[in-house]
Amino acid sequence: MNWTAITAIYKYEMARFFRTLTQSFISPVISTSLYFVVFGAAIGSRIEQVEGVSYGAFIVPGLIMLSIMTQGISNASFGIYFPKFIGTIYELLSAPVNFIEIVIGYVGAAATKSLFIGVVILATAGFFVDLEIQHPIAMIAFMVLTCTSFALFGFIIGIWAKNFEQLQLVPLLIVTPLVFLGGSFYSISMLPPFWQTVTLFNPVVYLISGFRWAFFGLADVPVGLSLVAIAGFTAVCLVAIWWIFKSGWRIRS
Amino acid sequence: MSILEIEDLKKVYEGGFEALKGVSLEIEEGEILALLGPNGAGKTTLISTICGITTSTSGDVHVGGFNIKDDYRAARSLIGLVPQEINLEPFETVWNTVRFSRGLFGKKRNDAYLETVLQKLSLWDKKDSRIMELSGGMKRRVLIAKALSHEPRVLFLDEPTAGVDVALRKDMWDTVAELKRDGVTIILTTHYIEEAEAIADRVGVINKGELLLLEEKASLMQRLGKKQMKVELQDAIQSLPESLSAYDLALEEGGSVLTYSYDTRSERTGITTLLSDLSAAGLVLKDLQTAQSSLEDIFVGLVEEGQS
Repeated sequence: MNWTAITAIYKYEMARFFRTLTQSFISPVISTSLYFVVFGAAIGSRIEQVEGVSYGAFIVPGLIMLSIMTQGISNASFGIYFPKFIGTIYELLSAPVNFIEIVIGYVGAAATKSLFIGVVILATAGFFVDLEIQHPIAMIAFMVLTCTSFALFGFIIGIWAKNFEQLQLVPLLIVTPLVFLGGSFYSISMLPPFWQTVTLFNPVVYLISGFRWAFFGLADVPVGLSLVAIAGFTAVCLVAIWWIFKSGWRIRS
Repeated sequence: MSILEIEDLKKVYEGGFEALKGVSLEIEEGEILALLGPNGAGKTTLISTICGITTSTSGDVHVGGFNIKDDYRAARSLIGLVPQEINLEPFETVWNTVRFSRGLFGKKRNDAYLETVLQKLSLWDKKDSRIMELSGGMKRRVLIAKALSHEPRVLFLDEPTAGVDVALRKDMWDTVAELKRDGVTIILTTHYIEEAEAIADRVGVINKGELLLLEEKASLMQRLGKKQMKVELQDAIQSLPESLSAYDLALEEGGSVLTYSYDTRSERTGITTLLSDLSAAGLVLKDLQTAQSSLEDIFVGLVEEGQS
């Protein structure tokens, strides 16, 4: 393993993040606050409790998930798309590094950034609602796994994308709807039976459910299934990336 | 031992386009090789394949004895690449960009070395500037600094002076000469013949994916030194008179033109004696002209030969 190279990529990517630290920091704080004002105060005052948890607290895991998934994807996809776009990818391809090292560097940095944003949102949420975390280790594990797997997914999108529109396409058209329909702001049990069944085909349901379990001990689906889902998603992304580098798809001619 | 060995390297792109049709080449440590060729000749494909940006269809490349596929880490560590396009991240500083390149190639941090590289390229006082603030010539030097940051033994310069003004071109040549003094082997591509003439030890001519010629610049220049004098005769002759047999003469165009080849750099060109011997032999001159074949002529000739 060329750890010097991995560190170089990681630091270089993180430097980009720190250059725009204010933006990176302020935008999640503002958007989280807005969600609390709209969902927590306006709507939440009419819902009061969901399965014994105040509505404001209930949406916190979903909010964090929403952000780290979209941030993980956009950070990683931009991270690898940008060198392709401006041409600096030549250096990556001519360097004595293999694909595992490139992925660790880029995906590691993207996952770190989204983890940072997740923590910021958690802290912001703490100002609005009383939070209890029943399984802190599971909470951290779910957060890290989600950040990593969605950064891997973003990396694939970044390599696939041929222009900036495509870069936005998957997050906007697929991920955001899946997250909104994945129980971020409601419990699956609140839906009519037919839609409960349909929802179970949405992979994001399993992630949010597991994450919420780590907070409140309540879940829409068994926690084991949530773990299997996220491990499966990570595995699929890893295989896809392995294939991309092996075949040189959209990178090496 | 050769620092770079290329054996029968072929590259066929997906659409069936043959960019390299079996190129073989050996480059000695410390030399400067100029690869001349028109646009689309395969120069960049050749470099990209050696550096790992493009995969070859067949053939072998060894850098410092290491195969570029099986020992890609060892091989690529020895190579520095300066691409043709100015591919740089505009928002980064010179210093961070160069340090990143060094790290990416697995070399431990060495700020003192990077400082000497930047000093040499007159970039040291710009080290904290963002790339977007630099002039075109400076950006090109940043690319060189990046390529040198990991102490390569072979440096590829892909069209280092394309679109660069005359003064900057001269600067670039000086930089290359200095790198050679430091013992770096340099392979550069260019479509400027003067460039190859000014800095190369050997010149290779490549067109349509084939290496048409590979020669020491000195001997190539010798061929350039040759001049021809065409003597048009009033009346055509069947054969050369006995008295002229000592000269390097050729009878052309049905006996009405005599072509004399001579070396402009030799002490005596023999023109005076030839002319007096011609009139002594009773030949009447109608016209006289001389012509020199330039590297351009050789180059164009080779390229045309390749096309026919």
